[in-house]
Amino acid sequence: MKLKIKDHNELFQEEAYCKQFEGKKEFENGPTEEEINRVAEWTKTEEYKELNFKRQNIKINPAKACQPLGAIFCSSGFDGALPFVQGAQGCVAYFRSHLNRHFKEPMTAVSTSMTEDAAVFGGLNNMLEGIENAYTLYKPKMISVCTTCMAEVIGDDLNAYIRTAREKELIPKDLPVPFAHTPSFVGSHITGYDVMMKGILTALIAGKKDEPKEKINIIMGFDTYTGDYHEVKRLMRTMGVDFTLLSDASATFDSPNTGEYKLYPGGTPLADAADSINARATISLQKYSTMKTMEYIHKEWGQNAQVLPMIGVKNTDNFFEELSKITGKPIPKEIEEERGRAVDAMIDSHAYVHGKRFALVGDLDQLLGLISFLLEMGAVPVHIVCTNGDKKFEEEAITLLNESPFGAEGKVYINKDMWHLRSLMFTEPVDYLIGNSYAKFLWRDTGTPLIRIGFPLFDRHQLHRYPIIGYQGVINLVNWVVNTILDEMDRKTMNTTSFDVIR
Amino acid sequence: MSSAIKDTQNMIEEVLDAYPEKAKKDRAKHLAANDPSGQCSACQVKSNIKSRPGVMTVRGCAYAGAKGVVWGPVKDQITISHGPIGCGQYSWWSRRNYYNGQTGIDTFGTMHITTDFQEKDIVYGGDKNLDAALHELKELFPLAKSIGILSECPVGLIGDDIEAVSKKVGKEFGCPIVPVRCEGFRGVSQSLGHHIANDTIRDYVLGKGTLEKTTPYDVALVGDYNIGGDAWASRKMLEEMGLRVIAQWTGDASINELGIAHKAKLNLIHCYRSMNYICRHMEEQYGIPWVEFNFFGPTKIYQSLRKIASYFDDAIKERTEKMIEKYKPHMDEVIAEFRPRLEGKKVMLYVGGLRPRHTIGAYEDLGMEVVASGYEFGHNDDYKRTYPEMKEGAVIMDDATLYELEEFTRRLRPDMVGSGIKEKYSYHKMGVPFRQMHSWDYSGPYHGFDGFPVFARDMDMTVNSPTWSLIRRKR
Repeated sequence: MKLKIKDHNELFQEEAYCKQFEGKKEFENGPTEEEINRVAEWTKTEEYKELNFKRQNIKINPAKACQPLGAIFCSSGFDGALPFVQGAQGCVAYFRSHLNRHFKEPMTAVSTSMTEDAAVFGGLNNMLEGIENAYTLYKPKMISVCTTCMAEVIGDDLNAYIRTAREKELIPKDLPVPFAHTPSFVGSHITGYDVMMKGILTALIAGKKDEPKEKINIIMGFDTYTGDYHEVKRLMRTMGVDFTLLSDASATFDSPNTGEYKLYPGGTPLADAADSINARATISLQKYSTMKTMEYIHKEWGQNAQVLPMIGVKNTDNFFEELSKITGKPIPKEIEEERGRAVDAMIDSHAYVHGKRFALVGDLDQLLGLISFLLEMGAVPVHIVCTNGDKKFEEEAITLLNESPFGAEGKVYINKDMWHLRSLMFTEPVDYLIGNSYAKFLWRDTGTPLIRIGFPLFDRHQLHRYPIIGYQGVINLVNWVVNTILDEMDRKTMNTTSFDVIR
Repeated sequence: MSSAIKDTQNMIEEVLDAYPEKAKKDRAKHLAANDPSGQCSACQVKSNIKSRPGVMTVRGCAYAGAKGVVWGPVKDQITISHGPIGCGQYSWWSRRNYYNGQTGIDTFGTMHITTDFQEKDIVYGGDKNLDAALHELKELFPLAKSIGILSECPVGLIGDDIEAVSKKVGKEFGCPIVPVRCEGFRGVSQSLGHHIANDTIRDYVLGKGTLEKTTPYDVALVGDYNIGGDAWASRKMLEEMGLRVIAQWTGDASINELGIAHKAKLNLIHCYRSMNYICRHMEEQYGIPWVEFNFFGPTKIYQSLRKIASYFDDAIKERTEKMIEKYKPHMDEVIAEFRPRLEGKKVMLYVGGLRPRHTIGAYEDLGMEVVASGYEFGHNDDYKRTYPEMKEGAVIMDDATLYELEEFTRRLRPDMVGSGIKEKYSYHKMGVPFRQMHSWDYSGPYHGFDGFPVFARDMDMTVNSPTWSLIRRKR
């Protein structure tokens, strides 16, 4: 390219534009610089923090999404499943774009496009026409139905509607149509994942109870690291365990480019999911995103149902020990070696992480895993903010912090948001911040370096392809944490004698 | 009927065969072969009609139109997503409406503020806490110039009276508290949200700003959302031709600018679809003329600048000609650089409200041909403006589904597709060069003399990336 082309990154720093911005102020009638600075400084104070924490009726920069997003994410991991949302159409546009932006992958989901008339007469007609159109056009092996808040407020009865669709023979008799009520004004995306998983399993296992088999089910939970799915599959094969992964989102959100767009790129085969009732045990890697599902499996299937999170060394150790007990298979040498490499990485890097103070924001299960990992590294979790956290989570997180001297400073804030965290980071500063892409506003405001772990990750590419679970996950976490610390150290010592090549 | 039109019609019918009868009949009204002359009555598409349930429409909702497009980019207003958590979360800073200001202090564009409805709010009503929520915001953000309450679906369904709360608190605060009834189930797409939001600007803000003096050269730049800095690139040209832009709507907009636009001598409207309502109002109420323009690509830029200048005196006209003379060599240079690599390439467009027609000229400047174009939420008047821009037999598609886009792509074999984020990755999987034309794929600006080189560079990098040829296709 011969021409030098300037885009927004450079253009708006130019004099002509800076002048334009100055000139525009004449019409903006904004506050004076002095006023702005005064208020800006005030927002960093204890006084502001108190005011901020007093608010009851508004959320500012919350870290949570709504139920149907989790529900359609769950559905997407089943082979040939079409996520079908009963409600107004804008929601599905939003769910799809949100997941597109995180995974940089296509996302299939349809809406029944309810409008004013459905608000008055109910959404039955939308469901009937929608299900016929969706089945004819997209030929799914399963249509998994959930709701938006609109359908929930007007009280659409999914069970009855689906029955009507079957009676009218709009879909084949044997087409599974699981459903879940997923109002956006209850819980969050992790709740939606949970109820949809329960709905899908309930629908698929009907009439499939058979002799127990020597295999186990693994439920991933609301896990948006496609690397984790590949990692679990690899580890199970290494253990020599026959398993079913529920739901396998890696096929959908990490499919190879072959020049062909597939509406259904794969996922958990429906037959395997149906057979999951006959497994020896079910292990969930996340507690809070599979609560109802695990209770259902335990109570209704009478299965050994355990939650075994896999983030950090101790959690992973525990996972393999329990898995070994359940299956009777020994932990193979390869996995033990991986463990040794992960521990080696932690020991090599510990000096830079030890005693560093962290703020964390994100989802419940991921936060618990990250706290556990940080404590193992000798890091100090200080502010733990969980917008969708509940009392149970709070207790569990505090118990975890209390197990280590490094957890002594840790405070857990449930139902709080990133604007609360901003106050905390000004009044009690920390060294590093862990959060999703939206946490970069906190990075900008407080100058605290951000390590991007969580969902959504919009502004960095490919991070979700690396596992954060298992011993490989430990190595990745060490990598992201210590190298952010080292980057920061380089930046700070750039013009000093401490600008070292070997760290 | 010409053979080009006939061929396209046959292709459309073939694609439609996959639908069930009722959906097929409906979709047929929305797809047509273009007739630039307007003679062929069967070549007109129907638009602004409900999407069929169960098909993958690309459309959003009224809330998306009000939040993402009209009110969201007003920087010194706090915009509340009133209702459950999702809508605000998904629309959080997703449109890149650039602005100057200190976020959280005097500007609020990149923030997500919501009443986060819980079950009890649905049962007992959410307006009870709204009053308290507004007071909390006023305390925490004393420099905010206004608060907008954008209602989500449940708010309308349970019948909350947000207008009453707004009225009461607005009096108390002495600043606009704007209730926007943009529940997602209203209307058929984003489009109604634009209209509703325009009406609230009219009712709560317009005419209430302060402007000390006026000049004969005052204009308002309306319907430019400053995506990637587009409005700034446009403003630069308008100022260079001697005009005074007193208001910028609504990218990098302030409440005061919305309040003084009625003092302009001329309204310049970029996105006709989202902002024609308020321009018509200002014309009726204040007698302000308005003119549509298109700042994509040099051909349309020159035309538009001259058209705008024609409303002013000879001094402005002269300055405009001088400016064109000054920038033309650079534009020619850009074309000389990129046209050889893009000449003859076919483009398919499927975007929101104005780009399906506005960008055609820019593609043509680069030697590219738009073979199919359509709108997510266009109206009849948008299509009327589009037909003459397109070649005979080109595909016109309204509210296209992902299925139709894929099928048309197979048959038309475009060298490049321009559409949104939801389409982007299925095209990547198909191995078809793709550019996001809602957000400029995080690039920009694309408007004006500063934008065209970026546009040309981006189209070149899309069509001619070596990565497409790495795909090992199945035989």
